[in-house]
Amino acid sequence: MGYKADSYDVIVVGAGHAGVEAGLASARMGAKTLMLTLNLDSVAFMPCNPSVGGPAKGIVVREIDALGGEMARNIDKTHIQMRMLNTGKGPAVRALRAQADKVFYQSEMKKTLEEQDNLTLLQGMVEKLVVEDGVCTGVETKTGAQYEAKSVILTTGTFLRGRIILGDLSYESGPNNMQPSVNLSYHLQELGFDMVRFKTGTPPRVNNKSIDYSKTEIQPGDEKPRAFSYETTEFITDQLPCWLTYTGEETHKLINDNLHRSPMYSGMIEGTGPRYCPSIEDKIVRFNDKPRHQIFLEPEGRNTKEVYVQGLSTSLPEDLQRKILKTVPGLENVEMMRAGYAIEYDAIVPTQLWPSLETKTVKNLFTAGQLNGTSGYEEAAGQGIMAGINAARNAQDREPVILDRSQAYIGVLIDDLVTKGTNEPYRLLTSRAEYRLLLRHDNADLRLTEIGHEIGMIKEDRYSRFTAKKQLIEKEIKRLESVVIKPTEEVNEVLSNYGTDLKEAAHAANLIKRPEVSYEAIKQLTPADEEIPEDVAEQVEIQIKYKGYITKSLQQVERMKKMDEKKIPEDIDYAAINGLANEAKQKLHEVRPLSIGQASRVSGVNPADISILLVYIEQGKIAKIAK
Amino acid sequence: MEYETIAAISTPMGEGAIAIVRLSGSEAVEIADKLYKGSKPLENVDSHTIHYGHLIDPDTNELAEEVMVSVMRGPRTFTREDIVEINCHGGLVSVNRVLELVLRSGARLAEPGEFTKRAFLNGRIDLSQAEGVIDLIRAKTDRAMNVALNQMEGRLSSLISTLRRQLLETVAHVEVNIDYPEYDAEEMTQELLTNQLKEVEEEIRRILVTARQGKILREGLSTVIVGRPNVGKSSLLNSLVHENKAIVTDVPGTTRDVIEEYVNVRGVPLRLVDTAGIRETEDLVERIGVERSRERLKQADLILLVLNYNDELTHEDEQLFKAVEGMDVIVIVNKTDLEEKLDIEKVKQLANEHPVITTSLKNEQGVDELEQSISELFFEGAVESQDLTYVSNSRHIALLEQSRKTLADALSAIEAGMPVDMVQIDITRTWELLGEIIGDTVSESLIDQLFSQFCLGK
Ligand SMILES: Cc1cc2nc3c(=O)[nH]c(=O)nc-3n(C[C@H](O)[C@H](O)[C@H](O)COP(=O)(O)OP(=O)(O)OC[C@H]3O[C@@H](n4cnc5c(N)ncnc54)[C@H](O)[C@@H]3O)c2cc1C
Ligand SMILES: Nc1nc2c(ncn2[C@@H]2O[C@H](COP(=O)(O)OP(=O)(O)OP(=O)(O)O)[C@@H](O)[C@H]2O)c(=O)[nH]1
Ligand SMILES: [Mg+2]
Repeated sequence: MGYKADSYDVIVVGAGHAGVEAGLASARMGAKTLMLTLNLDSVAFMPCNPSVGGPAKGIVVREIDALGGEMARNIDKTHIQMRMLNTGKGPAVRALRAQADKVFYQSEMKKTLEEQDNLTLLQGMVEKLVVEDGVCTGVETKTGAQYEAKSVILTTGTFLRGRIILGDLSYESGPNNMQPSVNLSYHLQELGFDMVRFKTGTPPRVNNKSIDYSKTEIQPGDEKPRAFSYETTEFITDQLPCWLTYTGEETHKLINDNLHRSPMYSGMIEGTGPRYCPSIEDKIVRFNDKPRHQIFLEPEGRNTKEVYVQGLSTSLPEDLQRKILKTVPGLENVEMMRAGYAIEYDAIVPTQLWPSLETKTVKNLFTAGQLNGTSGYEEAAGQGIMAGINAARNAQDREPVILDRSQAYIGVLIDDLVTKGTNEPYRLLTSRAEYRLLLRHDNADLRLTEIGHEIGMIKEDRYSRFTAKKQLIEKEIKRLESVVIKPTEEVNEVLSNYGTDLKEAAHAANLIKRPEVSYEAIKQLTPADEEIPEDVAEQVEIQIKYKGYITKSLQQVERMKKMDEKKIPEDIDYAAINGLANEAKQKLHEVRPLSIGQASRVSGVNPADISILLVYIEQGKIAKIAK
Repeated sequence: MEYETIAAISTPMGEGAIAIVRLSGSEAVEIADKLYKGSKPLENVDSHTIHYGHLIDPDTNELAEEVMVSVMRGPRTFTREDIVEINCHGGLVSVNRVLELVLRSGARLAEPGEFTKRAFLNGRIDLSQAEGVIDLIRAKTDRAMNVALNQMEGRLSSLISTLRRQLLETVAHVEVNIDYPEYDAEEMTQELLTNQLKEVEEEIRRILVTARQGKILREGLSTVIVGRPNVGKSSLLNSLVHENKAIVTDVPGTTRDVIEEYVNVRGVPLRLVDTAGIRETEDLVERIGVERSRERLKQADLILLVLNYNDELTHEDEQLFKAVEGMDVIVIVNKTDLEEKLDIEKVKQLANEHPVITTSLKNEQGVDELEQSISELFFEGAVESQDLTYVSNSRHIALLEQSRKTLADALSAIEAGMPVDMVQIDITRTWELLGEIIGDTVSESLIDQLFSQFCLGK
């Protein structure tokens, strides 16, 4: 039947957002890597909104960049618009978001993959894993080719037993009518994986030439050039705007009158959808007092007239979708190009993973992306890069790299998944991060470049630029902490421009702590001896201004770290620990946390259980009886 | 010694003339020193010595308690950490106050069994004793959880829950502005935020004030036993206390003054007050007693009105019914072992919707039903403490204090022009602290709130 093909260090199945980061990371770490995907024309395909970033997600993109990944660089090359969000708020929640040129994003990413050393890109459908005694040793494709590898990463997204649903029409399919991956899902279940059925959806697309923009509001990009990657030096200045319009009474009536035609309410959909991405019919039912909902019209690229209708995600029948579109101001004569739809798919229950993203069920097998129950390109990419790093390290017999909750949003994401699991497609939110003040978009490089360098993802030239920046920040903070500003006339003249004044001499650092005083102002009072680049100035200002809050957060982190340092032996037998509540026994057995810290985050485990666990572990240490 | 310093009352509650509050941890001496005033600071005293002095409330600079403090430095201690023991006057109020001061000064309340646990973790106790530690932790926690459960249904819990809901809505509103900056949810302004927070702060302050005045439920629900002389009031007190505290005789007018006892009836803490039987009397001493009884009546949270089955209803009985009108009352018809002379139907009429319980205290009958009735009244919220709050222990007070402080931090941050996401850190912390009071700090609820309060999505 099958035939033996080549052998590799790492095989990545899938070339979505998780797959491409995984493949690139693995190859960049020196592992000989094979990337298999259903169709080479849909590498890094965006099945839904043509945008990258936003709160929390945008920070992940920067984290990927600091670790030596690709998403940031790729979107910097291919966006049609960029905006900084939350500029009126504090630094911790500022975030970049880009509108992508979808097709260009794909082709640039594909080119990067093709050019990457150590990486082989190949079209093919994986139907089976080769597993011997619980250890994965390779994959087998539909055509019978068997590839060997020391580590395998699955990143098959929404393709597993995918089923598209709109109105009363439903058929087996991957996203955007691509072929689904059916056998692999059954194969995973045979291997002993618990799977869940999730659902997501997408709105219709329309033709730009049929939109009356005079009835909408323009949403331009920022004038100031922006970039995700810390390394980007060339900026795109020619941007395209998005447009804002609203649903109205007519829209809502039409939907309300036709709810019976929605598969949501007829019971045809069995998958769990995410609360944060409700369809328009869902929004109208759940928030029926809201008179209108926003609709953003987003161009899908420079070389296409297709426009994404954000806010109208739906699984209503096609004829109804046409009518609904026409009730929206500006879309009265709109031409629909693709209908919206809902898609159901299988995902694996993520508590079956170690924090390295290796599965507990099958050794040397890693999974990442939507397959792990998440949703979103950035969430997928963030897991992808970690799976790639750890699969390569596994092939090289090295310890996995695990980011903790205070180091990165990626750490929060993975810890949440493997510790708590999820009962709906998981999306990152800033409120999921308890240390979000530390996890800022402006300091992702300070948080992670060191790690990226250590594991070989960040090359020397970039690393030396980074250390220079870091040193300059420290030096400038030190300087401002010692420079004293006196309340002279000149000083107060400058300060009056910022709406404040100085009565007694003060350290420059203390002045910056005033909300109205920026680094810009201080620079006029006491310029540094050398040129201070904008990103350094930003760090200096943030680190001084919010020092109190930052210190508080760091203290919390210390407490968490102590708990995380207490390791739990892998072979611990929870059932044999008397005193543990039954629910705790069961949950701990399922999640098998690596540390007391992780155990304390498992839902259903209370502080008393943790105390008992601590006692037992100490006991094991003393008497060597950890069972 | 990486641990935080912990503290707890280490003598049985309400027993003995001296009570001890124990601290253990690297900051034990430092924390005690913040409060202690004696001939020299504890920092400078020798290990394993005891010192006379006073505790001063650092907030008010007022003298709080007369104490003896012993200092024992690790590792020659039970936990192998530094230990400070503060000996104070026995009695709930004193010892709670000392604990409260210590908690406010930086110690954390010890979890059940935590001293022993530390002793074990620091290698002080051997393996064979470890199993015991586990049982201890489990047993105490289960009990603590029962208490928590009871309080869940109580008044404090519902007050706190309301405050938390308010905070959560506020936080969700802040969060939605952060995570969905372009959605048309109303922007949370500083003014809006200040107003919402001030409301919560005011409420916490109010709860704390009642707590401070000592009119709190840790002293029990004020429960007054009334009835004509000789109906069995003192007998009732004795059976609820399960001891012979009050003198019982067949002479009417035996109890001349008010007698108080603390009892716990099925989880309901009662400050039980036996009174002199209310009647017109010439006896001066008795008359003063009767006056006091009347006064007590006015302040009561719950009235136990006792009647005699063996006697006809008198004008005085009816007067009593009138006097307790509008209050929470349980009517007790006692001496059912004797011949029926009381018109029960009439009593039920007078009792209106109040429960009527029949007892023979002599034969120990009917007490169970009475206890049942008291606990039902309490947990169904029918009894309203006049103090409104059931702040039952120092841990709650300390947590409320901390909540108020973090909230004040949030408010001053707003005033200083800090961005809303910084302010949110303190609001969320307040929400968590309040959650610790009622044992609920699940953070997932914020996300639930977010998606139920706002309409979001593509
Ligand atoms: C209709 C729809 C709507 C969505 N809406 C949103 C949204 O509103 N918000 C949001 O955040 N996210 C949304 N998403 C999710 C987002 O698109 C995904 O989270 C993200 O693309 C996942 O990336 P991934 O790499 O995990 O998987 P994918 O991008 O799905 O990539 C999977 C890859 O695996 C390959 N593959 C699959 N099976 C095999 C096989 N057997 N052998 C070889 N290769 C295989 C595929 O060819 C593909 O390259 C939506 C997705 C869909 C389909
Ligand atoms: N037969 C009978 N006697 C009882 C019962 N309960 C109490 N007595 C008796 O009634 C008498 C009075 O009881 P107390 O408890 O002193 O009554 P009191 O209401 O406190 O009386 P004063 O303090 O005098 O107002 C005592 O002799 C008790 O033993 C009962 O249920 N049945
Ligand atoms: Mg008496």
